[in-house]
Amino acid sequence: MIEQPVIDIPTETHGTTSNRIKSLFARKSERLLNIYFTAGFPHLDDTVAILRGLQQAGVDLVEIGMPYSDPVADGETIQKSNGRALDNGMSLKKLFDQLAACRTDSTGEPITVPILLMGYINPVLQYGVENFCRMCREVGVDGVILPDLPLDLFLDEYASTFREYGILNVNLITPQTTDERIRLIDQESEGFIYMVSSASITGSVTGISDPMRAYFERIQAMNLRNPRLIGFGINNHETFDSACANANGAIVGSAFIRHLDDHGTSPESIQAFVETIRA
Amino acid sequence: MQATIEPTTSFEVSDKGFYGHFGGAFIPEMLYPNVEELRQSYLNIIADPSFQAEFWQLLEDYVGRPTPLFLAKRLSETIGATIYLKREDLCHTGAHKINNTIGQILVAQRLGKKRIVAETGAGQHGVATATVCALMGLECIVYMGSIDMKRQQPNVDRMRMLGAKVVPATSGSQTLKDATNEAMRHWINNPVDTHYIIGSVVGPHPYPDMVARFQSVISEEIKKQLFAKTGSENPDYVVACVGGGSNAAGAFFHYLHEPSVRLVAVEAAGHGVASGHSAATTVLGKPGVLHGSRTILMQTEDGQVTEPYSISAGLDYPGIGPLHAHLFESGRGDFYAITDEDAIAAGFQLSQLEGIIPAIETAHALAALPHMNLKSDDVVVVCLSGRGDKDLSTYSQYL
Repeated sequence: MIEQPVIDIPTETHGTTSNRIKSLFARKSERLLNIYFTAGFPHLDDTVAILRGLQQAGVDLVEIGMPYSDPVADGETIQKSNGRALDNGMSLKKLFDQLAACRTDSTGEPITVPILLMGYINPVLQYGVENFCRMCREVGVDGVILPDLPLDLFLDEYASTFREYGILNVNLITPQTTDERIRLIDQESEGFIYMVSSASITGSVTGISDPMRAYFERIQAMNLRNPRLIGFGINNHETFDSACANANGAIVGSAFIRHLDDHGTSPESIQAFVETIRA
Repeated sequence: MQATIEPTTSFEVSDKGFYGHFGGAFIPEMLYPNVEELRQSYLNIIADPSFQAEFWQLLEDYVGRPTPLFLAKRLSETIGATIYLKREDLCHTGAHKINNTIGQILVAQRLGKKRIVAETGAGQHGVATATVCALMGLECIVYMGSIDMKRQQPNVDRMRMLGAKVVPATSGSQTLKDATNEAMRHWINNPVDTHYIIGSVVGPHPYPDMVARFQSVISEEIKKQLFAKTGSENPDYVVACVGGGSNAAGAFFHYLHEPSVRLVAVEAAGHGVASGHSAATTVLGKPGVLHGSRTILMQTEDGQVTEPYSISAGLDYPGIGPLHAHLFESGRGDFYAITDEDAIAAGFQLSQLEGIIPAIETAHALAALPHMNLKSDDVVVVCLSGRGDKDLSTYSQYL
């Protein structure tokens, strides 16, 4: 099998490498839709089919959850999908196996949409951070979101490895993050910044409140160098529109997990979900 | 009595919150402002004279400190060494847990928090938290695994009588680990007005250090009391059970830099370390990250946290505090694993030799004594961390 390396190993400072996420934001800066699903849910081998369904439906980025026993930043919907994925036998090894051929598949449509892996640090540590980054590059993962790996620890211990393999580390900001820290995160981030819409775990917020709008406007006014996607509480057309008015796009997670659970993983069903969000 | 927070060297937490390789603050950004606020203020708050005055007054008048250091003569004869018991079981609410909740509720007040959230396993920390919330008039929410709520119904009733709201943790394995996850999620959802009172020397920095400092009153008193009784403040051994490890951290604290004092940490082996039903973290675990700190953790090859087992609901935690992980790795501590059966036998032995019914957690520490190859002139202090009233239904199965 011929693997076309899309990512070059950077030779100078970070931020200069080409990467599907960076290319995406270079050509599109409005109404980007990033959809999250948990690998191995609802069935162990659904991963690539869901990925393909999302790509065909025109999603801009896909975030694949690496299931974990103790997902502390996640609400009930994503917790349960994590638990079911683990019961199904999902693991990082299996996920990399599933993704191995997706970028070069000759039988189906190859996957070209940027892929992020989202999960918690412990399974990554057990896999080995360098092995993890190497496999990400090998299978064509472009970025990683690890909410319980704080920025300072990332910079101290892992940033050089991520950079070596061209894997972007996406950081979160919240309404409580100070301007000073947002500037630091902006300076140290590549790809995009994940704006958590309110002080919350995933799936626990519905709708966009006035304090949320004020926070969106405050961040908008900071003129950050990185694009921003808003996540948490984005579950329909109205909230997606509202997020897009204040950032470059939005991330939908729990609502899609519920949709997969209720309506299955067929391309038509995934298409229908994406259409309701974009409308 | 005044707190003496002594400068320490190799076992002191670093600026970034590490003990050797262990510790840190592995928290999602949503918790960063809360944890950072605590990190920047806890030492100043604790050092403030008004805090010190209120803390020590409450420990004396409300908790009932100092707790006695009792020479257990008949146990000493049986074991063949001089055994002292540090009677934390005589604290108000029946265990050492309240030393920490008194300290943290005073910190929460000074941070202007209106609501307290806590996790509990067996219910002892939940009761100690509900108690101080009642005392200070703060709202109290305690997360408890729904399986533990069934196992420990009397403590659920105690918390409710004290005015706390007890919320069942129905996620994951529905025990202490999941109650801790739920308490952290609650804190994420309520970042401004809520303080999270963690019950052990676990969690993100600065919790392990803060809790150890509040529990350090145990070893501070042991030093004075032992000096008064023997002319030396240093025993040969200090022995304590370890789940997360807060009573052990308190009993070890002022001896960490006394190499002549061996520190003995006793974990729960459950049905045996090789049985698949155990909580012997240092035997079965490897380095990993749980609940905000890097520690030794029981987990699968893929890094999923495994559910520990012990007959004692206070010891079935899949990790240990980062300080203890460092004591283990550095060789400063001796670690033993005691089975359910041996712990129960030691609980009956102490009851019938000394007239003291220990908590089953504490009974694990007592059960290590015969394994320590003690000499007749050895002086041993066992931290008698809690009383056994809560465990009568378990003990009664062995009558």
